[in-house]
Amino acid sequence: MDFLSPSTWEEALAAKSEHPDAVPIMGGTDVMVELNFDRRRPPALLDLTRVPELTAWGPDGPHLRLGAGVCYTDVIAHLGDRAPALAQASRSVASPQIRNRGTVGGNLGGASPAGDAHPPLLATGAEVELASVRGVRRVPIREFYVGFRQTARRPDELIAAVLLPAPRGPQAFSKIGPRNAMVISVASFALALDGDARTVGTGIGSAGPTPLRAPDAERFLAERFDWDGGTPPAPADVHKFGELVAEAARPIDDVRGSAAYRRRSLAVMARRALAWTATDYREGTARCA
Amino acid sequence: MPRTATPAAFTSTTRDGVGASPRRPDGTLKVTGEFAYSSDMWAADMLWGMTLRSPHPHARILGIDVTEAVRLPGVYAVLTHEDVPGEKRYGLEYQDQPVLAFGKVRYKGEPVAIVAADHPETARRALDRIRVDYEVLAPVSDPRRAAFDPDCPLVHEAGSLPVHEHYRQSGNRVRYQPIRTGAFADGTPVAELRARAAAVVTGEYEVGMQDQAFLGPESGMAVPAEDGGVDLYIATQWLHVDQRQIAPCLGLPQDKVRLTLAGVGGAFGAREDLSMQIHACLLALRTGRPVKVVYNREESFYGHVHRHPATMRFEHGAAADGTLLYATLEIILDGGAYASATPAVVGVASSLGLGPYEIPHTRVDAYGVYTTNPPCGAMRGFGAVQACFGYESQMDRLAAELGLHPVELRVRNAMAQGSRLITGQVIDAPLPMADMLRRARALPLPPARADLPDPADLRTLPGGVANTSHGEGVVRGVGYGVGLKNLCYSEGFDDYSTARVRLEVVGGEPVALVHTAAAEVGQGLITVKGQIARTELGVERVVVHPADTRVGSSGSSSASRQSYMTGGAVKTACEAVRARVFDLVRERGLVPADRPDADLSLVGGKVVSAADGVVAGLAEALGPDAVEETREFHHRPTEALDPTTGQGASHTQFGMCVHRAVVDVDVELGLVKVVALDAVQDVGRVLHPQQLLGQIQGGATQGLGLALMEEVQVRDGEIRNPSFTDYLIPTILDTPPMRIEVLEHPDPHAPYGLRGAGEPPTLSSTPAVVAAVRDATGRALARVPVRPEDILGL
Repeated sequence: MDFLSPSTWEEALAAKSEHPDAVPIMGGTDVMVELNFDRRRPPALLDLTRVPELTAWGPDGPHLRLGAGVCYTDVIAHLGDRAPALAQASRSVASPQIRNRGTVGGNLGGASPAGDAHPPLLATGAEVELASVRGVRRVPIREFYVGFRQTARRPDELIAAVLLPAPRGPQAFSKIGPRNAMVISVASFALALDGDARTVGTGIGSAGPTPLRAPDAERFLAERFDWDGGTPPAPADVHKFGELVAEAARPIDDVRGSAAYRRRSLAVMARRALAWTATDYREGTARCA
Repeated sequence: MPRTATPAAFTSTTRDGVGASPRRPDGTLKVTGEFAYSSDMWAADMLWGMTLRSPHPHARILGIDVTEAVRLPGVYAVLTHEDVPGEKRYGLEYQDQPVLAFGKVRYKGEPVAIVAADHPETARRALDRIRVDYEVLAPVSDPRRAAFDPDCPLVHEAGSLPVHEHYRQSGNRVRYQPIRTGAFADGTPVAELRARAAAVVTGEYEVGMQDQAFLGPESGMAVPAEDGGVDLYIATQWLHVDQRQIAPCLGLPQDKVRLTLAGVGGAFGAREDLSMQIHACLLALRTGRPVKVVYNREESFYGHVHRHPATMRFEHGAAADGTLLYATLEIILDGGAYASATPAVVGVASSLGLGPYEIPHTRVDAYGVYTTNPPCGAMRGFGAVQACFGYESQMDRLAAELGLHPVELRVRNAMAQGSRLITGQVIDAPLPMADMLRRARALPLPPARADLPDPADLRTLPGGVANTSHGEGVVRGVGYGVGLKNLCYSEGFDDYSTARVRLEVVGGEPVALVHTAAAEVGQGLITVKGQIARTELGVERVVVHPADTRVGSSGSSSASRQSYMTGGAVKTACEAVRARVFDLVRERGLVPADRPDADLSLVGGKVVSAADGVVAGLAEALGPDAVEETREFHHRPTEALDPTTGQGASHTQFGMCVHRAVVDVDVELGLVKVVALDAVQDVGRVLHPQQLLGQIQGGATQGLGLALMEEVQVRDGEIRNPSFTDYLIPTILDTPPMRIEVLEHPDPHAPYGLRGAGEPPTLSSTPAVVAAVRDATGRALARVPVRPEDILGL
């Protein structure tokens, strides 16, 4: 196995162009597990840890630009205000050691449906910046996941960054695991309210071949939500929202949980997330008034 | 934070003696990551050994072709069963497990061939080049069918197994042990007893396959010796039983196979059986080079035995006041492909199968069976854990049926000193069970959620920082559990321990050397041996010699027995050394020749006479001589169980722990946060208070894991979650504060009155946690681990 170790972004893109089979490695929390268990033998690894701009974040027009190599610890410590759902999801990732190494870019690269970063990115309408020697393009996150562990990234491209819109309303993230820390998601859910556009974003993890949205639930809530005052939604609407989220899932039975449990827990998480965000919205509206 | 009330701690006159909490010598190294575990060993010219394992749970081997593997540059040996020079099979109780498979493979992961190469990657590639031709057979997956269906295919061919006269083997049964007392001994049908009962409760329960989940995988290094023998550096629980099994397979006499304990990263029973020991030795002897074998985590799940899954059917009948009239139990323990410790596990599961309750009429049928599932054997609690979950679940249901508090029902039927087990064995040491139950009930409860400093702190809620609840759906529950565990080996087994103690003056200061073969597996025996030597010899400096086979056997670091047995051996050897010192003192004329031992003692590095005060410093008393004694320590003999009635005084000592669990359950999501897991345990005598608390906390946590998350999921003989990604063990956020009340009612038969402490909390915590979850949810929950699906009734 070759080990490619570029020290600049240009070198990295050139290496990826020359070795499209090379697997990028940043924190190694996913790739190394695959290697150690002998599940994967890529012809080359492309080490991106020496490319400085990957670990930077900052404003980019109306967006927050998050380098693909920013670790979860930094998201938690610095981006709680600018990316609340993603920060909440990052808190639930594994252990402190893993959060120090694991990256949002790595989560996108592996594209496991259980990745914790996906539901918040879906709910908030993020974009993924892909780069190659041919140029740079931005792919809406909703078009990024194309199949089980398959993404819109082309073989010669690297994930450069994630672009997050500024929050325009409350967000929430919840994740189920059968123990209280350091657990891979059995089901997860993210919700983002956009008070300006009066739209709702959702993201579902670990309950389908790819991370999913619940478009019917989004439309339903966007219509029913009291965008002016944020009055608590009617219980029947809360229930309906939960059911629509559960119906959007395409879960299976596996070693971590049953399909029936995944649907049930998604409905519960969705109802609770709606209650929490509605409360935050109401309080936010009251403060502005 | 854990709190403890330790009455009247034993005080040694020597600093860091028995009753004190000296720092353990390996503690700092382990915490700082510098401790050398068995997987860290290195030799300049070593080779790496790797194992080819069966991909099938059950298959006939039609042929093995190693040609392509041998041709790979860097490969030094490729061995199959044909290369095993001596006995082809080994085993703890039955010699039924092939060193390398021949004829058939009986579980997925069974070793078929081994390779030595100059790099692990080369060895792995060599494994890929070995061609094994299998004829796949239907797996024998259902233990109930294995126990009872005469048409069930045999896992081991008829006539291929050794016969044990007491074990009633037949078909796939490894052991069948019945017990009959009272009316059941006379053949009275259960219907007659049932008619006399005011309340009858029947229940079926199931315990999943738990893994010991030690952190240090199987590993060791074998070094060929000039005399044609081999030196093996190994993480194990019992050096001598390894030696006894390895040497015949290598075709070598015992003294040509020398073992030294390497750094052990946890054991919990998983290192009682051999794993890579013989393989490493075979490769080292073949290649003439040191060979290191280290399993990875996935391989480790195939490389050691697990806790027996169990299915249990209970019936209990009681009078209106709660007095138990009769009880029956059928328990089937899935031993998997090879016997391992299954016969002994059946012995425990049967004799303690109905728990520490006075029941006049009992009927127990315990079966250990072969299947083509992963082999199961020893794990902390050893057959008593499975039964305890069942009988404690029954006690709670009976209490509910009769409208009694669960503690009250247990108190009314509690055993005590003088009680008889269902085996007829009389408990002849203190067993303050009723008092312990009342104390557990009286322990202060944790604050209600509303009274917490921050009730919305996610770390205090079910689901933790994954943010599933801010209090919604959370219901609190309380539950109790109590278990009785035999300590030391049982059923006539003489698991003696040996200690060599040497006292001499080094640099003007007296120093004691303690040498045993006992395995330090993390439990802290190394500290306790030093404490005992300090207390008995009155010296502060004690050197604990590395454990190896140059001294006699110490038995296994199992069955909560090492403080009792190796502690007893060290104490006995120290007493012999002390007597020799007193002889020296008399010979040198430092005291009158007729002065009896009773007048003399060793205190603070000096020989002291009760009559005359200080007689001499040890330097003066010993002079240039070293005093050295080796002693064996035996517990009192035990008896086999009668194969028909199950009667016999089979156990050495008994330990008991009572747990009270408090849980918060998110009843809409099925998630559990254990809020408190408080315990009352009688340990006879505390040797090292800090280590004792560690044992109780650790044992309770392992039981919590079984209650809520730990299961090796097996389907048709395949392990579906062989990793710590999907085999979940409790994190610190799952582990609650533990208030631990330690009682000391000395056992008159044991050294210092001590009682083994490591296992009892592993029994009681599981049913306590499940009872608390039932209390919160109203669900029956007849299987552990309890899954979120079970709590929701999905």
